[in-house]
Amino acid sequence: MSTTIAPMNILETQPQTPAAFPAWFSDLQQQAWQEFLTTPMPTRKDEVWRFGNLKQLNFEGYLDEENTQTEISTPDLPEGVICLPLDQALESHGELVKEHFMKRETRLGSAKFAALHKARVKNGLFVFVPDGVRVEQPIEVRHVLAGDASASFPHTLIITGKNAEVSVFDHFSSANDDDAGLCVAVNDLIAGDGSKLTYCAVQELNLTSRMIQVNATTVGRDAHAVAFTLNTGCQWARNESISRLDAEGAHSDMLSCSIPTGTQQYDQRTYQHHAAPHTNSDLLYKNTLFGTSKTIFSGLILVDQGAHYTDAYQTCRNLMMEDTAEANSMPGLEINADQVKCSHGSTSASISDEEIFYLRARGIAPRQARRLIANGFSVEAVERIRQERLEELVLAAIDRKFSTIS
Amino acid sequence: MSYETTVDPVDAIDAETQVAIDVDRAKGDFHFPEKHKFDAGVGLSSDTVDYISNVKDDPDWVRAFRHKGLETFLNKPMPTNWATKDLDNIHFDEIRYYLADGQKPKRSWDEVPPEVLETFERLGVPEQERAFLAGVEAQYDSEAAYSNVKEELEKDGVIFVNSTEGLKEHEEIFRPWFGKVIPTGDNKFSALNSAVFSGGSFIYIPKGLKVKHPLQAYFRINSENFGQFERTLIIADEGAEVMYMEGCTAPKFESTTLHSAVVELVAMKGAKIQYVTVQNWSSNVFNLVTKRGIAHEDAEVRWIDCNIGSRLTMKYPGVVMKGERARGEVISIALANNGQHQDTGAKMIHAANHTTSNVVSKSISVGEGRATYRGQVTIPKHLKGCKNNTECDALMINANSKTDTYPAITVRGNQHVTQHEASVSQVSEEMLFYMQQRGISEAAAMSLAVNGFINDLVSEFPMEYSVELKRLIELEMEGSVG
Repeated sequence: MSTTIAPMNILETQPQTPAAFPAWFSDLQQQAWQEFLTTPMPTRKDEVWRFGNLKQLNFEGYLDEENTQTEISTPDLPEGVICLPLDQALESHGELVKEHFMKRETRLGSAKFAALHKARVKNGLFVFVPDGVRVEQPIEVRHVLAGDASASFPHTLIITGKNAEVSVFDHFSSANDDDAGLCVAVNDLIAGDGSKLTYCAVQELNLTSRMIQVNATTVGRDAHAVAFTLNTGCQWARNESISRLDAEGAHSDMLSCSIPTGTQQYDQRTYQHHAAPHTNSDLLYKNTLFGTSKTIFSGLILVDQGAHYTDAYQTCRNLMMEDTAEANSMPGLEINADQVKCSHGSTSASISDEEIFYLRARGIAPRQARRLIANGFSVEAVERIRQERLEELVLAAIDRKFSTIS
Repeated sequence: MSYETTVDPVDAIDAETQVAIDVDRAKGDFHFPEKHKFDAGVGLSSDTVDYISNVKDDPDWVRAFRHKGLETFLNKPMPTNWATKDLDNIHFDEIRYYLADGQKPKRSWDEVPPEVLETFERLGVPEQERAFLAGVEAQYDSEAAYSNVKEELEKDGVIFVNSTEGLKEHEEIFRPWFGKVIPTGDNKFSALNSAVFSGGSFIYIPKGLKVKHPLQAYFRINSENFGQFERTLIIADEGAEVMYMEGCTAPKFESTTLHSAVVELVAMKGAKIQYVTVQNWSSNVFNLVTKRGIAHEDAEVRWIDCNIGSRLTMKYPGVVMKGERARGEVISIALANNGQHQDTGAKMIHAANHTTSNVVSKSISVGEGRATYRGQVTIPKHLKGCKNNTECDALMINANSKTDTYPAITVRGNQHVTQHEASVSQVSEEMLFYMQQRGISEAAAMSLAVNGFINDLVSEFPMEYSVELKRLIELEMEGSVG
């Protein structure tokens, strides 16, 4: 039976799980829909929305349409590696998806929208790398949003087995400059014992679009996870990133570069959760602000009781390129254990006259000099991805952004 | 999940330490039977406010101010969306809001009632006055029992009175600033203070006068279930300089006690105010204090703050830098022992060009104590050349000690420099080993290491205080080695 279904309003119409998906997934989506309806909207009183722009959360009129094109290009994959669009994985590897799909609590403010994602997700990426298998080159995923007032809910689920290794590049762009898109993305990154998982997201949506990205990383014993986000697009983007260090020897790098211009606003919240002793996390967020743009960084390092011998670092640096930009920083610590080394730092400053003078003395024009310095400022975070191809892709996106700035 | 912890926090405080701590607390842990002529009863209503106004014979505008404060207090929610839930354990209807023996503070210790005199003698107040102070006010429950300032200062035009007298006798000086630095609706507790305030110091330093010796106020709670709500306003006129010190103690009652003060400082052009606090309330006191200063052109406001006592302290001294080149500073030491939560910090509002602020905060968590730093730095639009430096260091002594840091920094524009740094650390094994190897006991080594940690800040306190401070911290630390 085929009838034409009218496009569904994302806030009002009950989601319909495709019939091909397993029953548990359909139940989960219905449950999530109820959760979305009953979870209250964030208010000004919520600490996790401090300085945030709640007006941007008005998603009235957005439709749940299948307009987004997702293209997955894979390198030569060793045997046993599963890399599929999420819908196919649900059919062929349902149990594996079930075990890890959105198991973590969304605690940084967007629980309502994570529930909306859960209720409406249909596409995305599923990667599973079995024990001991290494994928050398990154898996590259490109999402192209199309359609005005059209919403998309891509999901990325990456699981690495013991001593496995994989890297994933996730790219978000718009089909044209005018369609106001909405992207509510959720990532689950599960790094098994001794594995290395690198995830790199580049957000280059058009200036009428909005994005919420919720990232949950779980790092196992002696595993190493790297999560990087570049923001250059969107009128407003919110990133929430949680990294939980679950067992001894776990290491997490949380990295980000944002280059807002004009009236763009980026709202980033992070959480480094040390749930076991002898764990290590290192966060570096770099913002380069132009025009009347605004950034918010709110980070928290939580060291659980008993998680002794933790090393946790958190740094947010704001480079103020113009006198009208605004940077908000809230670097936080909550330490409940002993024998920890924790520090955080936050700075806001502009390029000094000496730096410009140095470059000008070498015949570089002031405009070029400023761009070089700003570029170098971002590179410091990029080079910590430590994967050649990913760094190349990110640097190209940074160049694209700088070329739009006169 | 559970992990092995090396030290049981209860065992960590051995009997010897307990004695040491008790000895320390005993200094303030005594009280005399109550003999109050004026008692506003238990609980808070507009009748309570009227009672206080009647007893004090407030002018109409002060009475109206109090009623507005009460209304604001009742309408404001508890700030538990960001603050500790422990605030819900304050039962406002069980507190006594006004207890006093009389209105007029005595000018001579000889006239002070014997038990009040004995109280302050035991706390060493008259002795300190003779030794190095320019003026003293000693508050006993709701009102000052004693207030005196050196004659020559009075001749120079220094005003040093309590809040009632300040608003009545010197309205033209104090009214323009009263409630202006901290408006009634600033927060729930500043509103409560506005409704029931009593006591505190109103100080005016005339133009160009540099007061050489510090002025001091001592706040003493003697009665159970009592809330102390003093209100202080210090105005340093152009080019004037003053240092003000406050100390406080209370006996350890079974039930909790509330102390909620409002302190406003006004530093006119080129003036300098230093405000020193050594807070050593007993561990049943909720200490919820709002402190803020305005610094005009070239003026400087410094808060030097040490928190050792209380059950919960929430105190974030602030400076609004209103004039060009104004300077604000907060130097803060906090020590949180078992059952204590020191939630302290700083608030720096830059409102003019080339203003600079500095925050240095050091906290020590012992046993199961929790130390929190909460800070706010704001640099609004269209300003240039503002600078802020914030450093917070936390030292954790035992396995179950807790520490948090929650700064918030907003910078608009590219002509400013801000930096914030925080670190958390322990006393290193090597350091202890080094000292023990030279025959210093482990406890003494720990105490030395802790004193080293805060040493550069302790030297900011007046000498007489810094000696006392070191001794207090030594006592609190003893035997807490894990």
